[in-house]
Amino acid sequence: MKKLATLLGLLLSFSSHAEYGLNFPDPVTDIGQEIYDVHMFTMWIATVALIIVFAIMLFALIKFRKSKGYKADQNFHKTWFGNWAWVLVPVMVLGVDFWIAGRAQSTLDKFWDAPKQNCAHENADAKHCFDMNIKVIGHQWWWEYEFPEHGVDFNGKFYPIKVESRPLEEEDASEGNYLRDVDNVLVIPVDTVIRYLNTSVDVLHAWWLPEFGFKRDAIPGYILETWATVRKEGIFRGQCAELCGTWHAKMPIVVKAVSKDEFKQWIESEKAKLLAELKDANSNKDWSKDELMVKGKKVYDTMCAGCHNVNGQGLGVAFPALKGSPIALGSANQHIDIVLNGKKTMPGWKHLSDVDLSAVITYERNAWGNNASVVKPADIKSAR
Amino acid sequence: MTTTTMDIAHDNDHHDDHGPQKGWRRWVYSNNHKDIGSMYLIFSLVMLILGGASAMAIRAELMYPGLQLLEPDLYNNIVTNHALVMVFGAVMPAAAGLANWMIPLMIGAPDMALPRMNNLSFWLLPAAAIMLVLSFIVPFFPGGGSQINTGWTLYPPLSLQVGMAMDFLIFTVHLLGVSSVLASINIIVTIFNMRAPSMTLWNMPIFVWTWLVTAFLLILILPVLAGGVTMLLFDRHLGTSFFDAAGGGDPVLFQHLFWFFGHPEVYVLLLPSIGVLSHIIPAFSYKPLFGRKSMIGAMILLASIGMVVWAHHQYTIGMSSAAVSYFMIGTILISIPVGLMKFNFIATMWRASMTFEAPMLFAISIVAMFVFGGLTGVMLAIVPADLQYQDTMFVVAHFHYVLMPGAVMALFAGVLYWLPKWTGNMYNEKLANWFFWTSLIGFNGTFFVQHFLGLAGMPRRIVDYPVQFTEFNFISSVAALIYGLSHILFLYLVIQTIRGKGTTKAKSRSWKGAKGLEWEVASPAPFHTWDSAPTVDAEGEIKQK
Ligand code: HEC
Ligand SMILES: [Cu+2]
Repeated sequence: MKKLATLLGLLLSFSSHAEYGLNFPDPVTDIGQEIYDVHMFTMWIATVALIIVFAIMLFALIKFRKSKGYKADQNFHKTWFGNWAWVLVPVMVLGVDFWIAGRAQSTLDKFWDAPKQNCAHENADAKHCFDMNIKVIGHQWWWEYEFPEHGVDFNGKFYPIKVESRPLEEEDASEGNYLRDVDNVLVIPVDTVIRYLNTSVDVLHAWWLPEFGFKRDAIPGYILETWATVRKEGIFRGQCAELCGTWHAKMPIVVKAVSKDEFKQWIESEKAKLLAELKDANSNKDWSKDELMVKGKKVYDTMCAGCHNVNGQGLGVAFPALKGSPIALGSANQHIDIVLNGKKTMPGWKHLSDVDLSAVITYERNAWGNNASVVKPADIKSAR
Repeated sequence: MTTTTMDIAHDNDHHDDHGPQKGWRRWVYSNNHKDIGSMYLIFSLVMLILGGASAMAIRAELMYPGLQLLEPDLYNNIVTNHALVMVFGAVMPAAAGLANWMIPLMIGAPDMALPRMNNLSFWLLPAAAIMLVLSFIVPFFPGGGSQINTGWTLYPPLSLQVGMAMDFLIFTVHLLGVSSVLASINIIVTIFNMRAPSMTLWNMPIFVWTWLVTAFLLILILPVLAGGVTMLLFDRHLGTSFFDAAGGGDPVLFQHLFWFFGHPEVYVLLLPSIGVLSHIIPAFSYKPLFGRKSMIGAMILLASIGMVVWAHHQYTIGMSSAAVSYFMIGTILISIPVGLMKFNFIATMWRASMTFEAPMLFAISIVAMFVFGGLTGVMLAIVPADLQYQDTMFVVAHFHYVLMPGAVMALFAGVLYWLPKWTGNMYNEKLANWFFWTSLIGFNGTFFVQHFLGLAGMPRRIVDYPVQFTEFNFISSVAALIYGLSHILFLYLVIQTIRGKGTTKAKSRSWKGAKGLEWEVASPAPFHTWDSAPTVDAEGEIKQK
């Protein structure tokens, strides 16, 4: 089949990107390897069974045809075989079934239940513990990652490191990676047992990296646990695997597995960035309109443009234009209210900082020819 | 009009042995099983064309990476519509059409037991079809809300976001459900009460048996789906939170309700077709069906196990390890009844004297392709591996390999097999052969390569895909075009046979090896048949004097 496909591929002059796969990509996690082995095991059994059935059918088709003068055996179903086939066949099938099920079950036992304890815990079971957690949060249509154990303390409160991972447009994506590239990748250390905690803030998604060997749903109101230890450094790509609405096809997942040292460095630089942002957001600085517009454009283009379009003209019937919209031009309170609390498909944005919110609202009220009042961080604070 | 006059008019109908009413009344007021059967079949053909057109649109969009023809929401809308139209509009009505036509003929009954309800079951369908089409097009009108972008599974919370189109769809599901439940009741009552007195359940034809089991399945599962979508409706408009986590509800609950219906539903689609094959294969093998009783046992077992393994569609929702083990083992065990059925078909061909008319060609290829689809089904049942397969093109390939041969092609085979009985004309064998070979090649070309796509990591239900999936998608789309176009041959062939131009007349026993009561009546079957019940022997044949 591979030959045939290659031939067809050549015929159709697709030589430019002939990197199509025929099977699972090589797994990079321990669990992925187990899963790959079970997959190959069942596939071989299925292939052999298929060949046997086809061979028998082919033999019958060649031999037992009227055109060859073969006379039908009217009593075949009354022979001992005919009388007992209903026992023989199920017993044989049952045997194969248990063979497959037994193998699958033993794999399942190895990994189905994610570890409950941190390895750092003094009486943790060393064989079944995790080194760190990563929270995976599905959004329409991007992924958010959170490191509950890594973060900074600020004003007596703990702020975990977060990575917002949004798809890149075709022109920004790296070569050959259209639909497979994001602005911020998730960085993880190799040889570390990581427990992934999947959830979602809106609809169902599924977090899937083929190289990891599994996918797991992200369900609002649930936290689903999986765990994996990546054994190889590199960049691994996957995408959302549960239909989640309009841009379901555009929810890439990119994970960069690095050495433990490199991971430490990365975490430290993220911490520094986070601390600077927190300081910025909490200073009682008086933001000018121009500063707000610059910041607002950044927030808008990453958070809002997916639905409202970069030019503010909306998308189709479902996503309204903000350019010339009565809300964007009308009272600031109403505008703040809809952005904070959302409305139907429009998500609420309470989790953004006062500065970001005032910036994006100001931007919406004054970009693309709109001309309305400026909204200051203090306005957001009082509206919360 | 009062009830009394209606009754009198009805009485007149029955007492003289006249033909059908004239003009449109014949169809709208029909309570004749043959006319209603024909209407079901024509309806399903129309829906097949609609569903086929949507499949063509999907494959056209996926021919190359990038967004060419369809906006993402329109694409998802079409994906949703394709499934619903094919399952509820094409396959189920076609099987119901065969049931209407053939069950009374096969069991020696003059008609269905509840002819007026039969009329209602059919006429609910066009109403449902209109609602379904509306659910597709309302979003294109001002104020029509967003399109249905959930797929046929209608999972909340996504389905709670959709505009009013979803309400149209929920109503469609209700209408379809009522129609199917009424039809099922009718079939059960007919089979239990209207058989020729000498026909026992054991020597009842297998096609009738498959429909008996199917009808019970439908009555058990449809109310659950209806309940699920009603809860969805309540969540959407009445402020309940069955499926909304924010209100204390559970989005996963809907998945359980849906698949409690959805998994047995595939047996609803498959069983009547297995019944059809159980008639075709012996007829062209010129020997009795191998393992008649085990066939009946297998279908009952299949329906029973099929009712309790639904959650294998949901391995990724984080069930407990005990739950996934149970669903995995239960699902693998499905291979026992299915394997037995396929074994019986092959054993029927063993030491037979086969001829290869088009229905038989279909039957043989169906058995082969179904075995393949069944084996990928066993692979999918394996929980660890399914964590990789789930929601990929591998699944799409798998279920098309079971449903297309197992349900759709077998229905084509059945239509070809019984067309001489319905029309009095033999279809054009050469044309039928062309149809068989083009659709066989087209089908396999379309779906075989999708296995590779899925294994290599392409999710299903995506409107655009990364470039490394281009080659196989291109092959799949080209083959899909061949497959789609091949159905024009079928359409032409059916019309040609009905009109009787350039065809030969059919004998009452149109196929030499065909067995069963339906071949005792003239071809075409007269408007009324079996006014007096025949007497049958142990093989289900008319008793020779
Ligand atoms: C998931 C898609 C989506 C995203 C992302 C999104 N919006 Fe919206 N937005 C909507 C939809 C849909 C509406 C219409 C809601 C309604 O009226 O039912 C809307 C409405 C609005 C309105 C009111 C417009 C009017 O004229 O009715 C404003 C203002 C707005 N959004 C601001 C924002 C801001 C600011 C952001 C980014 C922080 C944002 N939106 C991100 C989907 C989105
Ligand atoms: Cu998603």
